[in-house]
Amino acid sequence: MAERVLMKGNEAIAEAAIAAGCRHFFGYPITPQTEVAAYMSKRMPKIGGVYLQGESEVASINMVLGAGAAGARVMTSTSSPGISLMSEGISYIAGSDVPCLIINVQRGGPGLGGIQPSQADYCQATKATGHGDFHMLVFAPSTVQEMVDLVAGAFDLGDKYRMPAMVLSDGMLGQMMEPVALPEPKEVDNDSKPWAACGHQNKREHNVINSLYINPQELEDLVRERYKKYEKIKETEQRAEEYLADDADIIIVAFGASSRVSRSAVDKARKEGIKVGLIRPITLWPFPEKAIWKHAGHAKAFLSVEMNMGQMVDDIRLACRCTRPVEFYGRTGGIIPTPKEVYDEIVRLNGGVQR
Amino acid sequence: MTVKGERPHALLDVPLHYCPGCTHGIVHRLVAEAIDELGVEGKTVGVASVGCSVFTYNYFGCDMVQAPHGRAPAVATGIKRARPENVVFTYQGDGDLAAIGMGETVHAAARGENIVAIFINNAIYGMTGGQMAPTTLPGQVTQTTPYGRDVKTAGNPIRVCEMLSSLDGVALAQRVTVDCVKNVKAAKRAIKKAFEYQMAGKGYCIVEVVSTCPTNWGMAPKDAIQWLRDNMLPYYPLGVYKDIGEGEQ
Repeated sequence: MAERVLMKGNEAIAEAAIAAGCRHFFGYPITPQTEVAAYMSKRMPKIGGVYLQGESEVASINMVLGAGAAGARVMTSTSSPGISLMSEGISYIAGSDVPCLIINVQRGGPGLGGIQPSQADYCQATKATGHGDFHMLVFAPSTVQEMVDLVAGAFDLGDKYRMPAMVLSDGMLGQMMEPVALPEPKEVDNDSKPWAACGHQNKREHNVINSLYINPQELEDLVRERYKKYEKIKETEQRAEEYLADDADIIIVAFGASSRVSRSAVDKARKEGIKVGLIRPITLWPFPEKAIWKHAGHAKAFLSVEMNMGQMVDDIRLACRCTRPVEFYGRTGGIIPTPKEVYDEIVRLNGGVQR
Repeated sequence: MTVKGERPHALLDVPLHYCPGCTHGIVHRLVAEAIDELGVEGKTVGVASVGCSVFTYNYFGCDMVQAPHGRAPAVATGIKRARPENVVFTYQGDGDLAAIGMGETVHAAARGENIVAIFINNAIYGMTGGQMAPTTLPGQVTQTTPYGRDVKTAGNPIRVCEMLSSLDGVALAQRVTVDCVKNVKAAKRAIKKAFEYQMAGKGYCIVEVVSTCPTNWGMAPKDAIQWLRDNMLPYYPLGVYKDIGEGEQ
């Protein structure tokens, strides 16, 4: 195993992207993700890569579209308001079947919101990042190590399915330091994409990277094809971690930063004899419905713990097919719930501690 | 019999959707001729914009990427940075380049981004049916300036080449038109020079082509050409606004 080093989440994710063969970064400064860009600006020139600060998030995501269309392994990083600005470009990227990686180090919203950690972009990331019928792959790490571990896979799956992938981080994970083992660097062949617009060298028909289809039937057919692909992804790419869930009466569902808090609360409640467990979605799209449904038989209730106003609740309801109540506990605006708050909620649901 | 004026190889043999008398067709041909003469079709990537020229990806034989409205310079930047060996050009109208995409245009130019912008200025939004553009002339009637463009309320037109020529990253800023054979030839020389400058790594090049839109101007093609001469060219004088020549970026 590689030597472990102490790294900030934002810097670790940047280094992991480089290790995954990414040599193209375009972005615009915004708190609390700026260390990703700063790290890239330091590293990329040393390794023959491209770091370019765009004049806006709008420009940056379109640079990503261009580099991705030309076949490069490319990424950007921003924080919540920046994703809103990028949503136009992300829709075009999805509509043009161009793979790329987008990091969202979430902060409080709406509007300028705040700069403290948040998960209030859950619905935006998983359901409606931009106009039109499309999805992104969305990964939700809960540790700095997991951020590192998910990056290469996010790039690879994006390439495999020709679609954008997002790592949904937050201000806590981005700013915190933890020991991490970085993966071995790997080479990526930028010439391996036969669909890319990189010059046909007079050897093939011209490639066109495009999202415009004036004929409605043509557009419907294409979108349906994309949704077939999404169904396959739902079938094969769901990921979740289950913790003490097998015998649990109460199952917390939480991702990212709030799952860390929830895990502490589960440990404390278990010591009190309360049968509580945790399902931690690692993929938010596709949502890990199978893991939820698997435990819907024995769980008496689900408890969604989020750093927003309950954006994931409906997905849990659907995943358990409304057979169990889905309760919610959350803090928003940039406030992280404490283990005590979550523990108290577990106790309330359990009808008091039974000794 | 000898055939003169054969279709350039870089222009695909497909019907264009442009209206009769529109000058897009001429400019397409000039771009394709430049690509042919420089022998770079195989390594050229064009970026289509949004507006009448959106379908250029169906017309040019090189690889093409279609950009969101106004974002062609950013998309072209991404392509060129990822593939410096490619020749990259954008083909944009006045709404795309000088309204919604002015930010991307100015910053690509300021960075000296090594791309070519072919800029069609016909003083109107064509695709959406004739609304005011950033280059619509004072007093000009459009669908959204039905009483003529009142600069007190609708603002002033933008002279793009003059403005961009103040930026250090610009290698070539030239305004041409295609109203007659002489000017068509001059336009061709400018476009070819812009591509040559890119291949020499000189920086951002823009060739503004003062163009007609007979349909939305409500004129016969011949009258539109005359209107261009009488109204457009006095406001948008032809000429070289910046040319670093043999200089290096």
